Amino acid sequence: MRSGRSVLAAAVLAAVFLLAAPFLFRPYGIFILTMWAVMTIAAIGLNLTLGYAGQISLAQAAFVGIGAYITAWLTTRGWPFWTTYLLAGVVCFAIGWLLGYPALRVQHHYLAFVTLAFNTLLYLVFRNEEWLTGGIYGINNVPRPDVLGWSMSRPREFYYFCLAHLALVSLAAWWLIRSPWGRAFVAVRENPVRALSLGVDTRRYTLMAFALGAGLGGISGALYAPLVQFVDPTPFSLGLSLNLLLMVVVGGSGYFFGPFLGAIVAVLLPEWLRFTQGFYLMGYAVLVIVLMVFCPAGLLGLVDRLLKPAPAKADVAIQREATP
Amino acid sequence: MSAVLAVRDLSKRFGGIVAVDGVSFEVNEGEILGIIGPNGSGKSTLFNCILGQLKPTAGDVHLDGRSVTGMRACDLNRLGVSRTFQLLQVFPQLTVRENLILAGQEHKGTMLSRLIGRRDAGLSAPAERMLDFFRLGHLADEPAGGLSYGQQKLLDAAMAFMAGPRLTLLDEPAGGVNLTMLASLRDRLAAINVEQRATFVVIEHNMEFVMALCHRILVLAEGRIIAQGDPAEVRRDPKVIEAYLGH
Repeated sequence: MRSGRSVLAAAVLAAVFLLAAPFLFRPYGIFILTMWAVMTIAAIGLNLTLGYAGQISLAQAAFVGIGAYITAWLTTRGWPFWTTYLLAGVVCFAIGWLLGYPALRVQHHYLAFVTLAFNTLLYLVFRNEEWLTGGIYGINNVPRPDVLGWSMSRPREFYYFCLAHLALVSLAAWWLIRSPWGRAFVAVRENPVRALSLGVDTRRYTLMAFALGAGLGGISGALYAPLVQFVDPTPFSLGLSLNLLLMVVVGGSGYFFGPFLGAIVAVLLPEWLRFTQGFYLMGYAVLVIVLMVFCPAGLLGLVDRLLKPAPAKADVAIQREATP
Repeated sequence: MSAVLAVRDLSKRFGGIVAVDGVSFEVNEGEILGIIGPNGSGKSTLFNCILGQLKPTAGDVHLDGRSVTGMRACDLNRLGVSRTFQLLQVFPQLTVRENLILAGQEHKGTMLSRLIGRRDAGLSAPAERMLDFFRLGHLADEPAGGLSYGQQKLLDAAMAFMAGPRLTLLDEPAGGVNLTMLASLRDRLAAINVEQRATFVVIEHNMEFVMALCHRILVLAEGRIIAQGDPAEVRRDPKVIEAYLGH
């Protein structure tokens, strides 16, 4: 219970900081924090697919891209933001469902290759299909939405707009992983054969895990487009997929708050390390390597280990000795 | 008496090897049928063919007179066929209670109701009863991975009964369990059999366990049934002695 209370305290502190942040930073800082919120949404999606259901995907950037292009293309042609936002989520959900089919046949690194190929394919479509995507010139002047007649165009307003989306997505994800679905996802991850023998339709849950993860990627993209106000192919290459994977793994795969922390490491940390100038990428790389070597379960895995120290293990040992 | 499970001429080939060779048998309601045989006699393959984990090369499987041959394991389970595995299979990261709820949740409602409905899928009370029945109540909120081997074995069995199955197939329930735990497991299985008229098929190497628990025994060797009858008959059968002791 004590760990439950400290988690709550940390969450409240973080919420206060996030609400006060726009008054503490200049516009660039607010931009980076907004990017953190947007990327966290995509990472929450990947955490559902990978962390809970155990299906690796290196295609999350493609879904962020699809969501961003749908939103950019339609809002610059006068469509209302909310329609394109929902469309981005639904289209990505559907494509994610289809991408889930290979996962029914192949697993682990083979699945990583299949999804990697999908990401590369989508990147080529974004870059080469100029009639649709504007090619390397991309789509300019993506408008920011209004909410009830209130313009979200300034950094501070748009930051709160994205933060509100993050809050809603977090609540929905929290609900999902505590529902029987979350239990079924974990069962599919830990032992699909046993899950199947207990009536868990592993096929349906696997596809659902892919589709939900992809849908959240699309929603993240629908916020990315009006944030940067310019969409081109470069950000949606394999690099972003790897970065999102890094967020999930560094934060703690299968931990609810993992993506939030992981996105801090992947989005905010490089900016903070900029004072080292040319060395910041190297310093960042070293930090991530050290973390992964000493704590493969991610930051929250580390916290877990510190909060629940030796007693748990000792209990198990005593129990083992007690049963011959 | 009606047959809950009827297996007819079931065969399974792996390349040139015939693992199960034209096996036919029936299991009646409320019966405990034991299947014994030396290692490699096709017991587990037979189970996997009945349960949809493997596709039989030939033959039929009927549940309550309805053909379920080659049906997916999850659909078969929702029709009331439950199983345990030879190697222990619980979900170590879920708590004992969560393991039990998982074992029952897919039998109720729809995908939608499992998403927006109650977190315990209305199974807290049945899970509690099952915990009491298998005397695991004090461990309800422990991660299943932290239990001793014998306790996990009990949980494994409890999970198989969580949805009130019509037929349960137990693959070596006694394997690796110490004597005290073994008596407790046998006692629990017998109680479920009597109280709920539950039907079991049990694969087992532990003769004492099989002879004490089963009403009827089927002996398998090289994929074929070489003998069947009540425990006393089977024990005397020279073919059985030969299959076990070799030439």
